[in-house]
Amino acid sequence: MTQTLHVPTPQEITGPAMAGTSDTMVLNMGPHHPSTHGVLRLVLELDGEEVVNVAPDVGYLHTGIEKTMESKTYQKAVVLTDRMDYLAPLSNNLCYALTVEKLMGVEIPERAQTARVLLTELQRVSSHLVWLGTHALDLAAMSVFLYAFREREQILDIFELVSGARMMTSYFRIGGLAYDLPADFLPTVDALLQVMPAKIDEYEDLLTANPLWLERTVGVGVIDAHAAIAYGLTGANLRATGIDYDVRKAMPYSGYETYDFAIPVGKRGDIYDRYRVRMAEMRESVAIARQAWERLNALGPGPYVTSDRKVAPPPKSEITHSMEALIHHFKLWTEGFKPPRGDVYVGIESPRGILGCYIVSDGSPKPWRVHFRAPSFISLQAVAHMSKGRLVADLVALVASLDPVLGEVDR
Amino acid sequence: MNNDTVLAFIHEHFPQGVLTADERHGDLSVTLTGAAYFAAAELLRDTPELAYTFLENLCGVDYLGRDPRFEVVTHLVSIKHLHRICLKVGAPEANPQVPSLTPLFPTANYQERETFDLLGINFAGHPSLTRILLPDDWVGYPLRKDHPLGDEEVAFSFNQERIYAQKPFAKE
Repeated sequence: MTQTLHVPTPQEITGPAMAGTSDTMVLNMGPHHPSTHGVLRLVLELDGEEVVNVAPDVGYLHTGIEKTMESKTYQKAVVLTDRMDYLAPLSNNLCYALTVEKLMGVEIPERAQTARVLLTELQRVSSHLVWLGTHALDLAAMSVFLYAFREREQILDIFELVSGARMMTSYFRIGGLAYDLPADFLPTVDALLQVMPAKIDEYEDLLTANPLWLERTVGVGVIDAHAAIAYGLTGANLRATGIDYDVRKAMPYSGYETYDFAIPVGKRGDIYDRYRVRMAEMRESVAIARQAWERLNALGPGPYVTSDRKVAPPPKSEITHSMEALIHHFKLWTEGFKPPRGDVYVGIESPRGILGCYIVSDGSPKPWRVHFRAPSFISLQAVAHMSKGRLVADLVALVASLDPVLGEVDR
Repeated sequence: MNNDTVLAFIHEHFPQGVLTADERHGDLSVTLTGAAYFAAAELLRDTPELAYTFLENLCGVDYLGRDPRFEVVTHLVSIKHLHRICLKVGAPEANPQVPSLTPLFPTANYQERETFDLLGINFAGHPSLTRILLPDDWVGYPLRKDHPLGDEEVAFSFNQERIYAQKPFAKE
């Protein structure tokens, strides 16, 4: 069964066309095309306006992040993770930090863990808002974009409040957080969480029952559960086919097992189901963020980073009067820490699916090898399968519904 | 289903195929011989009590100075039983080649191409093993530890001819 599933290469399509042996037309969509959401080239084989075959051509944004990490100490490599999936930098930070923490067996304080959950769930909402806005824009529904970016800006303001940067946050460090949460963090988040459910209703008013939206999305870009697993789709793309696989429930990390939330699933695995699943996910994320907010509120001030001085630097106040703290600080920033030898893998549920990080340590302060399982990269393989026999306009909707981020595809 | 039962299952079916196994950090990882790798992945996928139907991750590592030099690391997940297993297979320096899992798991296609592209490990049985992230005319495999890390000399008009003459550009 799975043998029939095939991922075409650009050469497979351009080859016969160059030789003049095919009756179909070959067309390049991209690398610079607004509907490919970045620098993605799709080689289309068309019969009239019908898609016969599609081959994604990736690599235009390859920056060698995995190689660069090998020459940085563990703490300094965090900033590179921001630049992979630039719509969800906090999820990338979390995945990397969790992997190194697992390798070293570091326990992080509850305040830091709860803040991580709260912020990654807000990150999921903000990432889904970009997806929603651009997806609707691709299908010529312009106003949704304006609504979605209004709330996204509010979430980015929160990220700026805690980390100083809207997008390249680097806020989750190994052992906890980079800085403590500011005093006006909780009221600002509270204000957002209070309005958010009504705002999601607003987006749904615009699209969920809109006849034009239904016509473009229902029954388009269908994939069944079996093929979705075979092609490695994860996240909302997988759950839209009816499989309730979510790493937050299946293999919980960061204490997700203690939060109360549901996993939204679809039935048909078409674009509309992916839309419904992501919209429901946003509501669940707001609910998780609210639970985390309650916990942070009850916890009060406390440590935001591990007290293990071999992993995280001591606070400035300690350095000024403790010789030992000064030595720790000096050792950490000149040499770094040395995790034990071995390899470790952690997979987390990023907004785009399972983001995995595999690290091999040789016992030195720099990682021997870092590999990221990028969900966007892997889900692009299913484009050909899902678009065969459909129109080019449906392909535009399909690519948007898979929600790839090209920074993550190419790394 | 836990690490012990899965490991016992693999030991039972591939007594010669298991080189090492460990459970560091609570994750089961099994190093297999090249001969057992494909068959083990197939059996793990098709046995209903295990049902490792989802290939989550596949990548390569260059252990320069070790024999075998390369290693391909595959993470399989059983969505039914919520369990993850890591399969490893070595590849020698002279002719790094391991069997391709793409016929079993179509999702391995891009991941094996990426490993080939960056590390130069060949996957026997892959339908289209070509470069994916780097340009087709790229020379070398950047993730190898002996790949030279040098500065790229910036081309100005006074030195452009000399620099371009050394570069492996696609020559029409």
